[in-house]
Amino acid sequence: MRVTVIVDGVSYSDDVEPRLLLVHYLREHLGKVGTVVGCDTSNCGACTVHLDGRSVKSCSVLAVQADGREVATVEGLARDGRLHPVQQAFHDNHALQCGFCTPGMIMQAVDLLADDPDPDEEAVRAGLEGNLCRCTGYQNIVRAVLDAARRMSPGAGPEAERLTDEAAQVTHVAGGGQ
Amino acid sequence: MIPVAFDYLAPSTVDEAVRALVDAGEDAKVLAGGQSLLPVLRMRLAAPSMVVDLSRVGELRGVREEGDELVIGAMTSHHDVLRDQLVRTHALLLAEATTTVADPQVRHRGTLGGALAHADPAGDLPAPVLALGGDVVLAGPTGRRTVPVERFFVDYFTTELAQDELLVEIRLPKRTGWGARYEKFSRVAQAWSTVAVAATVLVRDGRFVEAKVALTNMGAVPVRAYAVEEALVGGSADADAIHAAARHAAEGTNPTSDASADAEYRQHLARVLTARALTAAAAV
Ligand SMILES: Cc1cc2nc3c(=O)[nH]c(=O)nc-3n(C[C@H](O)[C@H](O)[C@H](O)COP(=O)(O)OP(=O)(O)OC[C@H]3O[C@@H](n4cnc5c(N)ncnc54)[C@H](O)[C@@H]3O)c2cc1C
Ligand code: FES
Ligand code: FES
Repeated sequence: MRVTVIVDGVSYSDDVEPRLLLVHYLREHLGKVGTVVGCDTSNCGACTVHLDGRSVKSCSVLAVQADGREVATVEGLARDGRLHPVQQAFHDNHALQCGFCTPGMIMQAVDLLADDPDPDEEAVRAGLEGNLCRCTGYQNIVRAVLDAARRMSPGAGPEAERLTDEAAQVTHVAGGGQ
Repeated sequence: MIPVAFDYLAPSTVDEAVRALVDAGEDAKVLAGGQSLLPVLRMRLAAPSMVVDLSRVGELRGVREEGDELVIGAMTSHHDVLRDQLVRTHALLLAEATTTVADPQVRHRGTLGGALAHADPAGDLPAPVLALGGDVVLAGPTGRRTVPVERFFVDYFTTELAQDELLVEIRLPKRTGWGARYEKFSRVAQAWSTVAVAATVLVRDGRFVEAKVALTNMGAVPVRAYAVEEALVGGSADADAIHAAARHAAEGTNPTSDASADAEYRQHLARVLTARALTAAAAV
């Protein structure tokens, strides 16, 4: 089947089998290996991307279901060589060890902050319920998301992505990380 | 893992979808949000030859009012149910239960219709829909039929839906001004219910005017706790009445024993959670 999908701002057209999962389309057809597969059961969230602006587990969506739609992956977050504020906050707060869960965590964190730009700790934990981490014990991940919220206020999502440069500058002035 | 190869159609109307199911015969499978079906296909627990995807059928999405009823399209996502003001106003119990389903990513894709059609005994949406009462509307090759919710759930993962039928909408009588609580017990985050209790009540002048209670995972299908309801209605809405009524919660239930709980413990949970749910629903 022919599908046309915009991924990280670039339009792609490909012939794919209906059974092809979106995550395999991203990795194997487009070479976007930033999005990873961590389980067989739709539990881990490592494969999280945005489909038309909402977070989804790309192992649980067919590539053909993305036809005519827009996908955003972790690879599209940085702008002009600058990390997205959520990425920067993960870096600064040591929110990863092996890093396998990180692409999904970051994509889900961006979604969560778009919905709730000023979450408390409980809201962050609930928002990341669909993302499992085998290494960190979550503490620094939660800290990073709260830090990112502070850096990005007044809001995340598409607006904040445009504010990345500004946010990064504020971070520098404030001395940002550790 | 990778699903077995299948043909795929994404019709844009209910009629086209039904026709696709009829043409494909026995081996066709309906795809809604895919949050139960895709894991099943990935693990090759099912191998349909044709998948009919409803995600482009616009008429199946959304919530509207029709007189005394709230009508929810089968393809309305959990996320959209949670955001919907009509649901909050007229079917608070459904919103309460939907917040406990899965995680944000799954709620963006998963649908109310899919959760009902899947009929997992541990699924969180059958019991609240049963408690709220009302009907489901099914569309097949000979037209539409309306089935009361009590008759829709037949057995484990089995409903009234025929192979060539679609669930198109859920029609709930408005429960405006009713209190509601979905009390879910599970040991870890991101887990299905060991047991859960869906309760919605109308309290006036300190008395229970109406009470509807249904249980999740206390049998092959969701169970109405009629004995609890009868014990409550007409009585005063206080802690003593609630605890007395909740003692009846496990009557007539036949839960399974599995790794997360044995049957006796499930019956205990049903009583405890019923008391908690009613206390919250009645704001006692
Ligand atoms: C990690 C994870 C955690 C979860 N946790 C929970 C939880 O805590 N509680 C809970 O209740 N659920 C949970 N779920 C399941 C989730 O709620 C699903 O969204 C739901 O069970 C199925 O909805 P769906 O729209 O994704 O249906 P699909 O997966 O697309 O379909 C499910 C089944 O229903 C049939 N079907 C779907 N729609 C129709 C229709 N309109 N007409 C006829 N047949 C139809 C399909 O053919 C299929 O057999 C979880 C899922 C995942 C992946
Ligand atoms: S790989 Fe998608 S949820 Fe684990
Ligand atoms: S950092 Fe290793 S799984 Fe999260």
